[in-house]
Amino acid sequence: MRISRRIALALPAAALALAVGSAHAQDMMKLKIGTEGAYPPFNNLTADGSLEGFDIDIAKALCEEMKAECEFVTQDWDGIIPALQAGKFDAIVASMSITEERKKQVDFTNKYYNTPPALVVPKESDIAGTTPEDLAGKVIGAQGSTTHANFAETTFTDSDVKVYPTAEEYKLDMVNGRLDAVIDDIIVLQEFLDSDDGACCKVLGTLTPREDIYGPGIGIAVRQGEDELREKLNAAITAIRENGKYKEINDKYFTFDAYGD
Amino acid sequence: MSAEAQASVERPPVVKKGWTRARTIGVVLLTIWAALGLAVLGFMINAWDPDIFTRYAPRYLSGLWITVQLVVVSVFLGALLSVPIALGRSSKNKLIGALAYAYVYFFRGTPLLAQTFLVYYGLGSFRPELQAVGLWTFFREAWYCAVFAFTLNTAAYQAEILRGAIESVGKGQWEAAAAMGLSRFQTARKIILPQALIVALRPYGNEIILMIKGSAIVAIITVYDLMGETRRAYARTFDFQTYIWAAIIYLGLVEILRNAVDWIERRITKHLKR
Repeated sequence: MRISRRIALALPAAALALAVGSAHAQDMMKLKIGTEGAYPPFNNLTADGSLEGFDIDIAKALCEEMKAECEFVTQDWDGIIPALQAGKFDAIVASMSITEERKKQVDFTNKYYNTPPALVVPKESDIAGTTPEDLAGKVIGAQGSTTHANFAETTFTDSDVKVYPTAEEYKLDMVNGRLDAVIDDIIVLQEFLDSDDGACCKVLGTLTPREDIYGPGIGIAVRQGEDELREKLNAAITAIRENGKYKEINDKYFTFDAYGD
Repeated sequence: MSAEAQASVERPPVVKKGWTRARTIGVVLLTIWAALGLAVLGFMINAWDPDIFTRYAPRYLSGLWITVQLVVVSVFLGALLSVPIALGRSSKNKLIGALAYAYVYFFRGTPLLAQTFLVYYGLGSFRPELQAVGLWTFFREAWYCAVFAFTLNTAAYQAEILRGAIESVGKGQWEAAAAMGLSRFQTARKIILPQALIVALRPYGNEIILMIKGSAIVAIITVYDLMGETRRAYARTFDFQTYIWAAIIYLGLVEILRNAVDWIERRITKHLKR
């Protein structure tokens, strides 16, 4: 079935290619970029349906650097790696941590940022610290299929870790008062605290990321073996770090250098 | 008809089965199906990983248990709730009829996903009000919210099944029973319901099957049922066999239920068989 659909899709495409002529094809590299669109301030959909955020701006800068024509595709987080493998897009720019488990499925570029995870609690919370003992018996919210959920489940073994489909849901549940704490990237949580809903809560503290779970930072995922694209992206990351474009985007969102050490 | 007369009947010649278009298409489609089945089987054997199995099998079992509990409790409570709704639907009182109709209309016309989401996250935002009336302890728990939403949903479907089944029994039976001096309750219990349940059994079976599959959405409110555990296992392993395992378990669950319904049907329709 998949094969016949591919053929069905390929035929008009081939006809179109013949009609247009292949002259333009070589000029610009065409790239489809997959992202989640539910993770502000890194990538989220605006009210009118377009994408914005740090990931998006970085991706656009990289495309400009590579002289590529880029198109964004939004995809649920759970299915984002299979969608890449199935060729729905060519690269994932969606704040994805470079982990060993994911490396078995996809290849990663070098990191393009690295920020620590943090815990957020209600303002009136009596939780004193960020150790597993402090959080014993508490309910912690996290987004499912993420390094943060992984980290919470392996670190806070005496707590009840509840996992949500996207960051939006754990925020809702935090506001509703079902959670004692939530774990996520400090920047994502800070953005939440700055919003109207975030008035309920405060940062309890940042956590030291465990290298075996979090890996070296956030990278761009490409299909395995696509070394040419990966190298091009790596070169582009280095280039925008050097030419100030990265800093320009960084300063639009953050008061410190998100790239890390 | 006597044996002699039968022997003299002229039969049309047996038509030789050729490769008609329909037959060719049928055989081709079956071959494709069989090939797909073999491919899945081959994939499963190929992808077999004892590590993954030992790590996630217990989680699958706990997920399966959650799914079973959720469906059993919701379908049972829904069955109780469906009786007054079904009565309301066939009530002569216009107001009661309209209310029951609105209930069924809403719960059948909107997705279970939306209903579950609204109960959990929507009602959750009325926390102070719920606390004031002492309902927050109930709605705080995702599990209760799930049971609540699923019960309301299945009650609407079950009420329609029940109403349809009762209406399928002829009005004359009510009249006959009344003529013999039976009360309405006696008539319903001894005469109408036993006949109605025969009609209702298959749709009930379908409704439970739909609930089993529908319950797979419950992970959005953090209840980790079979599907939730599957997604978690997949997120850790990126191995498609996790989903195939879930499909096989759901299939087994539905198959058990289907056989149970068949068995019940054989029992309660004994008197109709010749």
